Amino acid sequence: MDFFTHLGRYLIMIKGMFSKPENMRLYWKEFMHQCNEIGIRSVGIVVIISVFLGAVTTVQTAYQLITPLIPKTVIAVIVRDNIILELAPTLICVVLAGVVGSRIASELGNMRISEQIDALEIMGINTKAYLVMPKIIAALLVVPCLVILAAVLGIWGGKVAGELSGILPAEIYNDGLLEDFIPYNVFFALSKTYTYAFIISSIPAYYGYHVQGGSLEIGRAGTKSVIVSCILILLADYALAALLL
Amino acid sequence: MHWQLYYYNYMIEIKNIHKGFNGNIVIEDVSAVMETGKCNLIIGASGSGKTVLMKCMVGLFEPDSGDVLYNGASFTQMQEEGRKELRQQIGMLFQGSALFDSMTVEQNVMFPLDMFTKLNIKQKLEKVNQVLARVNLEEANHKFPSEISGGMKKRVGIARAIVLNPKFLFCDEPNSGLDPKTSLVIDKLIKEITIEFGMTTIVNTHDMNSVMEIGDKIIFMHQGKKEWEGTNKDIIFSKNEELNNFIFASDFLRDAKDMRMLEANGKISNDRDMDTMMK
Repeated sequence: MDFFTHLGRYLIMIKGMFSKPENMRLYWKEFMHQCNEIGIRSVGIVVIISVFLGAVTTVQTAYQLITPLIPKTVIAVIVRDNIILELAPTLICVVLAGVVGSRIASELGNMRISEQIDALEIMGINTKAYLVMPKIIAALLVVPCLVILAAVLGIWGGKVAGELSGILPAEIYNDGLLEDFIPYNVFFALSKTYTYAFIISSIPAYYGYHVQGGSLEIGRAGTKSVIVSCILILLADYALAALLL
Repeated sequence: MHWQLYYYNYMIEIKNIHKGFNGNIVIEDVSAVMETGKCNLIIGASGSGKTVLMKCMVGLFEPDSGDVLYNGASFTQMQEEGRKELRQQIGMLFQGSALFDSMTVEQNVMFPLDMFTKLNIKQKLEKVNQVLARVNLEEANHKFPSEISGGMKKRVGIARAIVLNPKFLFCDEPNSGLDPKTSLVIDKLIKEITIEFGMTTIVNTHDMNSVMEIGDKIIFMHQGKKEWEGTNKDIIFSKNEELNNFIFASDFLRDAKDMRMLEANGKISNDRDMDTMMK
């Protein structure tokens, strides 16, 4: 199937999500369920990755800045900006594309193959609105929260690593964090995060919703959705950096 | 006028349906009327187009040409809102039951009530228990689909399909994967609820027991075309070669048919006296 066919079907799916909910209470229930699935169930992996990201960034930055001419606070500045601008939004969202994306694709794929989506259609339910939209809205709500958590923990991880390894004391690290802080960077990071959140929820939903065949195709849809999401995240990363910085 | 009212009461008519996939014709010019308040069976070999025809009738597939009329209104040309409204009068039992894995039996059956009614929880539970009792599943409320047998899943599927008192019931291969005895139970259940709820029921099957047990009207599909139409009694006397090859596939069944025809023509007595039959 060519690119334009996929694009057309994807846009039709997105357009099809916008309709009056048959029962607001059940849509809300599904939305809350997705917030739990996408957000709460990803907290563990986000915590582990972000703490180690911060720690490694601190150690490697210190290793590259061995000259005494540069003050040690610069290490904290570099760690902070790296984490806020790139590592927290982009790397965490690439990880979430794998964790959340494959789950969304396999859930919808399984529902398609076992005719559960057809059963909902027969009942008169707009399946795009009921199954896809809550996932996208939930991702738009919880992924930025996860990225903010990742940024905070990443910066904290850098501080702990710096102190434990004796690279720089916590006071100097704290001073560095306050040095030349540009609030716009946070806006930029959140702009990226919202874009990525849309990608990592809608792309797997598209591949899962349109699965045809058997259980093998569900696995293929999951893999394909992760690959496409990662590529789109990297493309969006460059495009947003070029546009907004 | 009275005839017209009866004629359009829960009636489905399909007109010149054509459907193909990637250039392969699956359904070719099929027209039929599904009789009101009866079990209408679509039979045929695997790949004959039964499921595609049923999916065209309920709107899961859009026919390439032709029309599906519900009570005289064109379903194929209906707007999405109209279709939504009509679909609340349709119940469907899928081949694999299509129960929601993450929900219990009770939640599965309650789902349409949650979505489309304003009943309180007590009323909903009452209705759920009522339909579960009707399909003889009183003890399974809190079990998950993975914890029940194939026959029970079919019964839950039927309970979910009828919980909103639909006017039309579609059953896609209700006996697939079931033993003959359980198949018979499901067949009887479909027949009974069709009469009880006054529904128009359409069943896709290639199970011959079903054909003989519940088939008020039978449409035989062969290679995407409607090959024959009649009642279960007409089948015995049909001279349609394709139908006979399909229904009476074994020598045993062919002999049985021949004997039944001899009985009907008075050439042998119909008291099943083996001596007379052997002569």
